[in-house]
Amino acid sequence: MLIETMTTKFTFTEKKDTRSGFGAGLLEIGKQNANVVALCADLTESLKMDAFAKEFPDRFFQVGVAEANMIGIAAGLTIGGKIPFTGTFANFSTGRVYDQIRQSVAYSGKNVKICASHAGLTLGEDGATHQILEDIGLMKMLPGMTVINTCDFNQTKAATIAIAKHNGPVYLRFGRPSVPNFTPADQKFEIGKAIKLIEGTDVTIIATGHLVWKAIEAEAMLAQLGISVEVINIHTIKPLDEAAILKSIAKTKCVVTAEEHQMNGGLGDSVAQLLARHSPTPQEFVAVNDSFGESGTPDELMKKYGLDVSDIVSAVNKVVKRK
Amino acid sequence: MYIFNINLNALFQILFLPKIPLNMADIAQLKKLCTQVRRDIVRMVHAVNSGHPGGSLGCVEYFVALYSHIMKHKPEAFAMDGKGEDLFFLSNGHISPVFYSVLARSGYFPVDELKTFRKLNTRLQGHPTTHEHLPGVRVASGSLGQGMSVAIGAALTKKLNGDKNIVYSLHGDGELQEGQIWEAAMFAAANKVDNYIAAVDYNGRQIDGDVDNILSLGNLKAKFEAFGWQTLEVAEGNDLEKVIAGIKNAQSYLGKGKPVMILLRTEMGFGVDYMMGTHKWHGKAPNDEQLKTALAQLEETIGDY
Repeated sequence: MLIETMTTKFTFTEKKDTRSGFGAGLLEIGKQNANVVALCADLTESLKMDAFAKEFPDRFFQVGVAEANMIGIAAGLTIGGKIPFTGTFANFSTGRVYDQIRQSVAYSGKNVKICASHAGLTLGEDGATHQILEDIGLMKMLPGMTVINTCDFNQTKAATIAIAKHNGPVYLRFGRPSVPNFTPADQKFEIGKAIKLIEGTDVTIIATGHLVWKAIEAEAMLAQLGISVEVINIHTIKPLDEAAILKSIAKTKCVVTAEEHQMNGGLGDSVAQLLARHSPTPQEFVAVNDSFGESGTPDELMKKYGLDVSDIVSAVNKVVKRK
Repeated sequence: MYIFNINLNALFQILFLPKIPLNMADIAQLKKLCTQVRRDIVRMVHAVNSGHPGGSLGCVEYFVALYSHIMKHKPEAFAMDGKGEDLFFLSNGHISPVFYSVLARSGYFPVDELKTFRKLNTRLQGHPTTHEHLPGVRVASGSLGQGMSVAIGAALTKKLNGDKNIVYSLHGDGELQEGQIWEAAMFAAANKVDNYIAAVDYNGRQIDGDVDNILSLGNLKAKFEAFGWQTLEVAEGNDLEKVIAGIKNAQSYLGKGKPVMILLRTEMGFGVDYMMGTHKWHGKAPNDEQLKTALAQLEETIGDY
């Protein structure tokens, strides 16, 4: 197959899970800042928080299967200067505790870092009960909430360290599967700053999370077809780097957004709103189309629900014709 | 022989704890403050024809005891972090009128600002919030069941910081129907959060009627004891001296590996005859005539805002 012979513009030496990037980042920022504390709702190993818990037992709170209480305690811990990081699956980090986040964290302006693993379809076999695809939307609607979805181990580690230095509530979303670790280990993570990965002229692909590597693969395939693709990694969905997006679209005149999330409420939604206000532009959405997931392997699910490399390629072919 | 039948703990309190440093003049002054706070409450809710007078009136003695006598706090130099201070969290945020009145009369903000309650652009929102930067408020509340978790978090931070001050919180009895309360109660006992005194406004009434008829709490004392709390009762929660003694008694159990709960038996609407003995004034404002009747029962002691 053509795609297997493609050479991408980025290389990687290993595949790693983004949740391990969170665990590594948490341990590192824990060493740097004694005010960093962590809470987990009975998923310490799944969230890779065990190293922090072992190193700083007095600053780690096992709250049991009680996520609402975890969010409330985190809000309270900020009073007196602590920087709490809560950890559980994305589903239990958002939908289950929406009102607690809304009132005790966001409306109260508390410096809580809500860290959410196993987001999206790539959670896999556990099925739709756990595969939240609405969390970005839920979180970005909250005034004052910063929303970040990282794409690989190194970016997740850097983001974890960066959000500890940011004063305000943050939702940090990452996942379970091993994915290419291609961003630099020594990167400086800037909240709200888009990263232009590949320069191009015909179309802009704006991707977040696990779809970023797929966008890089799609670019390689499209280059073979003579389409010049600009690839932008948006790790911070809110606040959105509007200037970077508008600058790219001014050049390419069309856009594909790609994310492991519902089309409603996701990154594509934010981009569409921006473009509608400033520069109406043809846009195609690679996202889950108003559906729950199901059990299966991550790869099978990404294919079935339209989040694969070929789906990005199709979306690009479609959108360039709409210019 | 009778000595063996009396409550030894109560005897210990009487004999060995420092005497409450309150003379009759102090008590008289605090009682005047209670009456003035009650006037504030009914005037505030009347002025905007909305708000929650019932629970507010019932908790006046608790608030006055805490803010004017018990807590070590810095009203004139409010700091969100509250380091080196006792902290209070109102979990049943709808009784904001009593909270605001007592905060103002403790010096957190000008008493005159009480007239802005629930009006556009006010810092005195319908339910308390940090969002408008009102001094004295450290978390938003109103959606019920969240304040105990927040208070526990603040108490944990005090421990981490080596801060010996105390964290207090107040909850409605109807609020205890929220599941998060019991998550928090379980956590506090399991983690020995023993720098924390919670209280329940145990008035037996909620919006739809009597708590026993809506969703009975059963044996609340036994429940908190089973959850691992030191659980105390103040049978007369509208008797200022008994409330003060009850909180001081609760303090004597701090630092012993258990969170402390005070079940405060109050009367919803206390101080205004027609608001007592019913749940109907939970969240309803008096009209002009009713205000007049209420104020006739509440002497202006310190001065209206």
